[in-house]
Amino acid sequence: MKNERKRTFLLITIPILALFVCFNTIPLIRGVIYSFTNFKGFGSYDWVGFRNYIDLFSDGRVGKSYLFTFKLAVVTTVVVNVLSLVLALALNSKIRAKSFFRGAYFLPNILGALVVGYIFNYFFTYILPAFGAMIGSDAMSSSILSNPDSAWIGIMVVCSWQAIAMNTIIYISGLQTVPEDVYEAGGLDGATGWKQFRYLTFPLIIPFFSINMVLCVKNFLMVFDQIMALTKGGPAQSTESISYLIYNNGMSGGQFGFQSANAVIFFLVIVTVSVAQMKFTGKKEEQL
Amino acid sequence: MKEGMTKKTNWTAMVVLILGLSAIAFPLYMTLVIAFKQPSEMTNSVSGILSLPKTWSLDNFREAMRVTDFWNSLKNSLVITVLTVVLSIAIHSLMGYALGRNKSHSKFYSFVYLFIVSGMFVPFAILMMPLAKQTAELGLANWFGVILLYVVFYMPMNILLYSGYLVNIPMALEEAAKVDGASTWRTYWKIIFPIMRPMHATVAVLTALAVWNDVMTPLVIMAGSDQNTLPLAQLNFQTQFGTNYNLAFASYLLSLIPILIFYVICQKQILNGVVNGAVK
Repeated sequence: MKNERKRTFLLITIPILALFVCFNTIPLIRGVIYSFTNFKGFGSYDWVGFRNYIDLFSDGRVGKSYLFTFKLAVVTTVVVNVLSLVLALALNSKIRAKSFFRGAYFLPNILGALVVGYIFNYFFTYILPAFGAMIGSDAMSSSILSNPDSAWIGIMVVCSWQAIAMNTIIYISGLQTVPEDVYEAGGLDGATGWKQFRYLTFPLIIPFFSINMVLCVKNFLMVFDQIMALTKGGPAQSTESISYLIYNNGMSGGQFGFQSANAVIFFLVIVTVSVAQMKFTGKKEEQL
Repeated sequence: MKEGMTKKTNWTAMVVLILGLSAIAFPLYMTLVIAFKQPSEMTNSVSGILSLPKTWSLDNFREAMRVTDFWNSLKNSLVITVLTVVLSIAIHSLMGYALGRNKSHSKFYSFVYLFIVSGMFVPFAILMMPLAKQTAELGLANWFGVILLYVVFYMPMNILLYSGYLVNIPMALEEAAKVDGASTWRTYWKIIFPIMRPMHATVAVLTALAVWNDVMTPLVIMAGSDQNTLPLAQLNFQTQFGTNYNLAFASYLLSLIPILIFYVICQKQILNGVVNGAVK
């Protein structure tokens, strides 16, 4: 009887584990191996040792893409979390048509990022400048996406437009865990408005805050679809995210080996950031 | 704002929400009106672009369907999403069960569990190039390969969810079935699998949304196969729209309609699923 149970579990585990190893572990190892070669994606290749890695750190384009990606991730995370908290507080207060509002506010999240990106691309390229011309503003009458200094703002807006939906819904479920009598007791002690939020509400929803931080940072560091739809890395390579650079130069730019090294570094960065966040916010594991 | 027991509407919140709602509605309104207009109706002024169309004609949509091979892309997207969801529920719940029941007392299973779950940290960017090579070598550079990859990519997350849920299901249920002489395999499908239903719903929603909107995997894997998913078609036919933005927007709207319908019908399940998945 006992053996039957053991055998069944092994028969389940081994094939599924094999599938995982085949399409996750092996490609990962192959990626690491390619990173030590000068492979172009086709033809023969040679071992080059650590040269790709040394080159990575002196490559201006790679450095620029890391700076851009981190700037985008940090700014977008802050913007998204502030706005989502405000919206979640509003959605959780005594309002009319509550379920309608909640449904509507989640809508952007289910739409495909690529198509949303295309729609906003048109908005930034034609509508916003037309509006700028109408109100006589010089700064607004050209597309923000065609200016290397402002193109990232367009990408931030699109990322935020979708991500706010997700974060808001998570904050709402956090706010619902705060019992009503906490507010009542706090109200007696004079905790209202900002004070109430700062000393009562926010400390109680910190676990949800950390979920949102982890989700945001990880998603925005891997940003790809929005770049594809809005700028294709331009203008002047000012909006090349790390994923986009690896895809573009690795898949079709003849830098398979070099971009593999970039991908290995990117992988280590993601692991480090995620582990650091988990350590920092702590004790998530026990809740699982 | 919160005066004791009174049920007064919070008007500050209402104003904030209505303002926010317009930021959500505006791009959608814009998509709708541009999709129905003719290029001749588009002028360079704000009012020219955003005014309502003179006639609500479906011509743009007919043309967009033809240009982007809409029905084939829709079919591919549906097949890929449905099969991925079904396979994920079957395979990941089974694996979640095997690992969840054994990881506390077996080194092997707890290693396998950590090994798979840590796959969550592996960004697609590092797998992308080797996988493009590998799937081509194996003859999997098609929709079937894409499904297989999705089943692998979402395995870490879903196994985490399933084995977490399993903690709440008492062993006594299985032991009772065992006394009746049922095999472990049979017990799983007859007893455990049905009990995990709320988690199946969560997994289905999360997996379906992620797969339906994903661009990168089909882009990298199916690039040479002449086949498109709905988002991939938008990417591949972008150049064919040229400056006919009305046609482009008709196509965007078409690609959003299926998920919008799905959302309207299953809004509650989707919201629950997403919250469950994230909070766990």
